Amino acid sequence: MKILLVAEYRDGKLLTNSNELIGFAETLGAESAMVLIGGEEVPTYAGKLYLADVTACGECNPDLHKQVILEVIDKEQPDMIAFCHSSYGWDLAPRVAFALKAAQVSEVVAVSDGKLVVPVCNAKLRRTIDCQSSRIVATLQAGAFGLKEPPSGTPDVIKVDVAGSGRTVFRGYEAALGGGVDLSKAAVIVSAGRGIGKADNVGLIVKLAKALGGEYGASRPVVDSEWVPHDRQVGTTGQTVAPKLYVACGISGAIQHLAGMKKSDFIVAINTDRDAPIGEEADVLVVADLLQFVPVLTEKIQAL
Amino acid sequence: MKILVCIKQVPDMESKFKVADSGKWYTTADLAWRMNEYDEYGVEQAVQVKEQIKDADITVLSIGSGQVKETMKKALAMGCDRGIHIQDETAFDKEPYQIAGIIAEYAKDKNFDLIFTGMQSQDRGSAQVGILVGEILDIPSVSTIVEFAYNEGDVDVSRELEGGIKAKMTVKLPAVFTCQLGLNTPRYPTLPNIMKAKKKELLTVAVADLLHVNARLVTEKMFLPEKKAGGVILEGEIAELADRLIAILKEKSTVLA
Ligand SMILES: Cc1cc2nc3c(=O)[nH]c(=O)nc-3n(C[C@H](O)[C@H](O)[C@H](O)COP(=O)(O)OP(=O)(O)OC[C@H]3O[C@@H](n4cnc5c(N)ncnc54)[C@H](O)[C@@H]3O)c2cc1C
Ligand SMILES: Nc1ncnc2c1ncn2[C@@H]1O[C@H](COP(=O)(O)O)[C@@H](O)[C@H]1O
Repeated sequence: MKILLVAEYRDGKLLTNSNELIGFAETLGAESAMVLIGGEEVPTYAGKLYLADVTACGECNPDLHKQVILEVIDKEQPDMIAFCHSSYGWDLAPRVAFALKAAQVSEVVAVSDGKLVVPVCNAKLRRTIDCQSSRIVATLQAGAFGLKEPPSGTPDVIKVDVAGSGRTVFRGYEAALGGGVDLSKAAVIVSAGRGIGKADNVGLIVKLAKALGGEYGASRPVVDSEWVPHDRQVGTTGQTVAPKLYVACGISGAIQHLAGMKKSDFIVAINTDRDAPIGEEADVLVVADLLQFVPVLTEKIQAL
Repeated sequence: MKILVCIKQVPDMESKFKVADSGKWYTTADLAWRMNEYDEYGVEQAVQVKEQIKDADITVLSIGSGQVKETMKKALAMGCDRGIHIQDETAFDKEPYQIAGIIAEYAKDKNFDLIFTGMQSQDRGSAQVGILVGEILDIPSVSTIVEFAYNEGDVDVSRELEGGIKAKMTVKLPAVFTCQLGLNTPRYPTLPNIMKAKKKELLTVAVADLLHVNARLVTEKMFLPEKKAGGVILEGEIAELADRLIAILKEKSTVLA
């Protein structure tokens, strides 16, 4: 089996998530080649690297990036094409799969008896997939296929030329709202999830955070509802934190939230749902209504 | 201006899921159903475009059993003009390529200027359908949008990337957009609008008329994940729970020491 790994580059930088693609190829015991639309810097990888020049292709130009990847597929004839399940990967993968008449398996979290495993219903369930096409396009969940040791080697670079334009116009990047709170420095973070129910209840979370001498954070829906400012959002599109103690209040534990906090030393979850996926990462899951439990806990901690 | 919004009915994610006897899907009995969260942003964006340019007509489409009409009524009450329900008892089992094939087959001769889908469905989470619809219809698509502005045939959008960075893009219509959380603030249907929605057209079409592509993948087996070993679950009376948690924190973490 041969896999083509699609590495990523953004705003002048090579992204490191290609290591997970290498880890995936290793898990499958497959031969691999890599393609990158990037700059001068090449990933650490012992294999063939097809490199197209980003200044010629443009960033955020899915039509041209698809064209480059298809050209490389034509040369390499891989059985599988692997992307990261990232804003780059989930955008390009269906375009490539459609062109190849290939099955696409999204957000692979594991391989079991040679079959790809994906999450269902916010990771409360899993399923294994049987593909009925000769080729498979897969996107990999962030963090699912780490490498035991950092990769080594220098790739054998093969230049790919590309011509044409795309149907969409890229007008540049807009940086994340800066300033504000740096949660990564806090020793304790207490985060509010949608389970808090309404804006008025943010106060309960703030009080508990204060009692524990820490900061408060939030999951995305709480930020999207403007109950808490964006600079306190934890997750893939917010901050990545690893405090000594993380308390998740009314947070289900979606992968994009977990990605931002699962390296915390100790995780406490407070949730009415005993089966909430956050339970898989939590050291302690308190099955309770946070509106009742948090004030009692806060009082008891203040009294210590 | 013709707008198509695709919505999916999904189970409430807080439900207790059980694997069905077939071993290939979850049992659908005793579940509460709602509109896929990402699709609410698509409905809202379509309605906002109509409010902006007045001369627009919004079709909302959903593939599923008769039960999905309940969710479609919410979209009509939010402001969509008509509904196309594609009757399919086994829609849950269809893979994204088939779902996209059905949508594209319906849309191909209708000249929609704007097509909205969710960035992903909450149950399958494949993030494929919208982009595939664009590919099949051979029109551009932009995924994961968090900002949308229509101006005279062009659309300016922002795509959300990791870490809160956005990519600003411009696209000519017709085009497909897949909507990300936070794109707008989906409205709650008002009572008068719920009443008005009851009179709106909600047409049912048999899936066999529109499905012309085969599945490229099937579910081999569905199962519950194994619980991470070592985690403690505390249940019981509130005050006692708090004491037990404090005791654990004193022992296992340095923050209360
Ligand atoms: C590309 C992308 C990027 C994303 N980035 C992020 C990100 O950076 N950060 C992020 O957080 N999310 C992100 N998300 C969203 C993510 O997928 C989830 O939708 C989100 O994390 C859910 O937030 P939540 O857990 O607060 O809400 P829900 O999933 O709605 O969970 C609410 C939880 O509260 C519990 N609950 C309800 N009432 C109570 C009560 N009274 N007491 C106790 N518990 C209660 C429920 O059982 C449930 O488990 C992203 C999604 C995408 C697609
Ligand atoms: N059964 C369906 N009926 C209508 N639209 C759907 C259906 N399934 C998926 N979609 C649309 O496709 C989007 C992405 O779904 P998915 O590719 O399954 O993650 C959803 O947000 C919906 O807008």
